[in-house]
Amino acid sequence: MSSDRIFGLVVVMGALAFFAGALQIQTSFLSDPVGPRVFPMLIAASALLCGLVLIAKPDAEPEWPALAAWGNMAIALVVLVSYALLIGPMGFLTSTALAAAGVSYLIEKNARTAALTGLGLSLVLFVIFKYGLGLGLFAFPRAWMG
Amino acid sequence: MDTLANLALGFSVALTPYTLFLAICGCFLGTIIGALPGLGPSNGVAILIPLAFALGLDATQALVLLTSVYYGTMYGGRISSILLNIPGDEPAMMTTLDGYPMAKQGRAGDALVISGVASFMGSFLSTIGLVIMAPLLASIAYLFGPAEYFALYLLAFCTLGGVASKNQAKAALAACLGLGIAMIGLDNSTGMPRFTGGNLHLSDGIDFLVAIVGMFAISEVFIFIESHGRNSALGVTLGKISIPWKDLKNTFGTMMRSTGIGFVAGVLPGAGASLGSFMAYMAEKGYVGSSGYFGKGDPRGVAAPEAGNNAAAGGAMVPMLTLGVPGSGTTAVMLALLLTLNITPGPLLFKDHPDVVWGLIASMFIANVVLLIMNVPMVKLFVKVLLVPAWVLMPMVTMVSFVGIFSLTGSYFDMILMIFFGALGYLLRKLDVPTVPVILGILLGSEMEDALRRAMVLSDGDWSYLFSSPIAIGLWVAAIGGFLAPLFLRGKLGKPIPVSDTTLDQD
Repeated sequence: MSSDRIFGLVVVMGALAFFAGALQIQTSFLSDPVGPRVFPMLIAASALLCGLVLIAKPDAEPEWPALAAWGNMAIALVVLVSYALLIGPMGFLTSTALAAAGVSYLIEKNARTAALTGLGLSLVLFVIFKYGLGLGLFAFPRAWMG
Repeated sequence: MDTLANLALGFSVALTPYTLFLAICGCFLGTIIGALPGLGPSNGVAILIPLAFALGLDATQALVLLTSVYYGTMYGGRISSILLNIPGDEPAMMTTLDGYPMAKQGRAGDALVISGVASFMGSFLSTIGLVIMAPLLASIAYLFGPAEYFALYLLAFCTLGGVASKNQAKAALAACLGLGIAMIGLDNSTGMPRFTGGNLHLSDGIDFLVAIVGMFAISEVFIFIESHGRNSALGVTLGKISIPWKDLKNTFGTMMRSTGIGFVAGVLPGAGASLGSFMAYMAEKGYVGSSGYFGKGDPRGVAAPEAGNNAAAGGAMVPMLTLGVPGSGTTAVMLALLLTLNITPGPLLFKDHPDVVWGLIASMFIANVVLLIMNVPMVKLFVKVLLVPAWVLMPMVTMVSFVGIFSLTGSYFDMILMIFFGALGYLLRKLDVPTVPVILGILLGSEMEDALRRAMVLSDGDWSYLFSSPIAIGLWVAAIGGFLAPLFLRGKLGKPIPVSDTTLDQD
């Protein structure tokens, strides 16, 4: 099975789910002639059509990355999500240094340059954002700042 | 002269010291962003929008800053095309064809100067075109009712899908995905939630800036991780830069012709700068005929795509400002900026906010002059930027994106959503599904639905109202034609393949 066929199948299922979701939308008695359901249904129908075309006529297989690259991207995803969750509680400097070092290491497997990138970026960006642009960032965890 | 008075007003807004300072900063940043491989007009402008808000700039200043960045990226993209054979951004793709061979023949400096001057001609003349065309189109746009607007939005999606992508089904799908995402949130007229799944974060809808930054900037990070960064060693040496007067004189005609073609390509909805440079190059190649040596370092092959893509960038502003329909990915991002500033583009913009529109246009003229100065005598400064390795650049892009969204919305949910859009954007790009229609769908979705529903209110539910005026019928015909025509033309128009280079095949 080619990637496009699987993708087409996902699209078809998504379009059906979207259509079902559109049927559930509550309308009020004061609605206009079209109402809030019709446009989403039109979108679902067009997407369904596109999905079917993809299943019928898939393109050539794209070049998917090797397993190791998928692993790296999964790690990157975890790093980014943790960064999003930790930037508040941990403060800007630590979380940014860790996340930037992580992303850097994933692109070029060099611990030294990655660590330097992390440290450098977190300091430079903090100074630019906080003092240059005047954003309200916290350098350290808020608990420390009293 | 009405136009001249308006322009004078524009310059009086744009020439205040602070605005001028912002324009210069924007040009500088834009050239750098354009030159860096992996950062182009759309993602460069996208990550700077949240920051422009965080700075507390007013509408005119934010527009001036980001338009300068936009124009700057159009100039900067050529630098890495010529020196590295890697387009700095997508519109600069065609510039690699002759730019890199010229650089290999030791004429890198000449190629940079010619392309810089071509960029200037293209964007300066197209800005004049904008001054003439925009008020005309704005006066026509008064005739547009909801039925016409619905057809116009459809036209934008169809031509974007038809012209700019390889597979119609995928482009249409991308548009549906964007429109579907736009439906999330409270319905405008009934106030009922749609597709929120009971999640309160979603009842406001998905912020298009979150989607844009995710799709354009975060997905780039995944691309870089997959490819382990691209080899960006300078393969050619750049000597002393002098001005090749003879080449400039010989390519003057090329620049003029390409500017015309590029401007028209830019004005057409959905086509944009990449198409402008492609058409300009192909047309020039055909015009010169067998006496040219295109693909082997012909200066005309450098001048044509650069004049073409910069002219298209100016042309793309015409439908964006007058109709609210962007002509390309970057103008879609600029539209996002306008909407966030609570400015609705369209004919009323010219009447209600003349200071904003004409200030913007005046700042385009200023940006072009600044960019010419930066990009011809000072080009060596920007060449240094190419030495920034991917393992510094990409973490920086990520962090700037996060801080931008964080300072704009202050919500963890939005940052997670941005990462989601990044991953989605990566998958879509791998599957060859264009991401620009997704963004356009998110931006225009509720406008398009409103147009349809208002049309149906006017006609009391009669669907034939959508085809009731000559303008609407014309737009429908153009939409269907624009979507279907490439199916038949695709076999005949192949894109030329850039020269391969052994040092670049390592990833």
